[in-house]
Amino acid sequence: MSEKNSVSQKSRVIISVLGPDTVGIIAGVANILSDNKINILDISQTIIQEFLAMVLIADMEKSTIDLYRLKELLAQKGEELGIRIDVQHEDAFSFMHRI
Amino acid sequence: MLTIQEILETIKMVQEEHLDIRTITMGISLRDCCDSDVKRSCAKIYDKITRLAVNLVDVGEDLSREFGIPIVNKRISVTPIALIAESNSSGNCVEYARTLDRAASEVGVNFIGGYSALVHKGFTIGDKRLIASIPEALAETERVCASVNVATTKSGINMDAVYQMGSVVKKAAELTADRDGLGCAKLVVFANVPEDNPFMAGAFHGVGEAECVINMGVSGPGVVKSAVERVKDADFGTLSETIKKTAFKVTRMGELVGRAAAERLGVPFGIVDLSLAPTPAVGDSVAEIIEAMGLERCGTHGTTAALALLNDAVKKGGAMASSYVGGLSGAFIPVSEDAGMIRAVEDGALSLDKLEAMTCVCSVGLDMIAVPGDTTAETIAAIIADEMAIGVINQKTTAVRIIPAPGKVVGDYVEFGGLLGRAPVMALNGFSSCEFVARGGRIPAPIHSLRN
Repeated sequence: MSEKNSVSQKSRVIISVLGPDTVGIIAGVANILSDNKINILDISQTIIQEFLAMVLIADMEKSTIDLYRLKELLAQKGEELGIRIDVQHEDAFSFMHRI
Repeated sequence: MLTIQEILETIKMVQEEHLDIRTITMGISLRDCCDSDVKRSCAKIYDKITRLAVNLVDVGEDLSREFGIPIVNKRISVTPIALIAESNSSGNCVEYARTLDRAASEVGVNFIGGYSALVHKGFTIGDKRLIASIPEALAETERVCASVNVATTKSGINMDAVYQMGSVVKKAAELTADRDGLGCAKLVVFANVPEDNPFMAGAFHGVGEAECVINMGVSGPGVVKSAVERVKDADFGTLSETIKKTAFKVTRMGELVGRAAAERLGVPFGIVDLSLAPTPAVGDSVAEIIEAMGLERCGTHGTTAALALLNDAVKKGGAMASSYVGGLSGAFIPVSEDAGMIRAVEDGALSLDKLEAMTCVCSVGLDMIAVPGDTTAETIAAIIADEMAIGVINQKTTAVRIIPAPGKVVGDYVEFGGLLGRAPVMALNGFSSCEFVARGGRIPAPIHSLRN
């Protein structure tokens, strides 16, 4: 990711989606993010034992909502789709895996 | 950029393997709260605690949501109250316990530690008053935890204090007989007590500490157990390396949350305590890690070696992950708080003698152990003395948190619920220790304390 250094490290979040694969997951998440001016930096996904695991890295620098509100919105969407969606500050991962 | 595997590994640790921050503990100095009038002193204590800790619970909950990791407990430790009670002319100590309880309730923390005295060499007037009041204080309050340091490697073992603590433990059990002796679950007797321990019931804010500080206790027996299971047939070098790497990751989470909490609360960050603290939840057990290493039951031959390897690897991995390590830092082996330990006792694999041996190679000591209700104060004092000797000679912390369960016999259970769990009543040696513990005085410091 070329923009790595230009993004404020403080505003990056990790959105994780875990559950059975179904239609509309990416669209559902992406709509919520674009509605609130949250920029997606990276998406990757993998299938673990028939379950979808998708991870989005997003930048909340220009976001119109805070992390807590985003958590609520995505959790609601997750309930609709029958999957688990969570948002965590990027530091929770980078601190553990990068020295 | 982080890989999806790394991100999923962290999520799995929290979701499936019970990774959590066990406690954020705010240490608060009460040294400016002394007064000859107990009411004035207590008012100062209440005001100071509620002022400094007013945001502690909220900050903990915010961080928990932002980082997506549970922060199980928010707690407070204070200056040993014996030091504050010293200048109180009325001699009434329980009033301090009531005040701490009210302050803890007001700010929403579940435990407050520091109803404590440091008497490893001798007693002052304040120490004597405080120790005598412990059973009543624990019976009357809900959240207050008490601890007494009776031995250090530098000064030896204060056997007068050890003997007295035998009686204090008995009385604490009697006064809370309707709750299976719950008072004793909030009372720890220490050797070489650390002054920055964030874990209850033994936490207090030491005299060498700053005005106010944030200390962290991480946890993660379930994460370590899963890692150990993944290297089932590997040799000991690989096993140790695997635990080290896992401990590193677990500790980093504590370091991150600790730094963030300290910054938001505007107080210095103290230490991360690298302890493996089990809970009664299945899969969150230190005993199960030992069993995953290849022992049929925790407590069988080989357990001490397995625990020694575990404890050392956790420290090596954790030390690299944190800028300041402190507290107890080692594996905890409480019986009632660990489902694997309870099972090992029920199956006859784990005895009190083996537990004592295990305390030689890990932190803490005989922790949350229920013994028959008719156990004498002298026998309890002798159990404490043994454990103190292990700490003093090996220059490490040891502790005793023992519950002589009123009206119960071997095979019965005590039920505390929550994090304190349940414990089977364990058998003791039936021969008397009375003449030994009644000698009085102090066991001198060992020769290797002369290091200057």
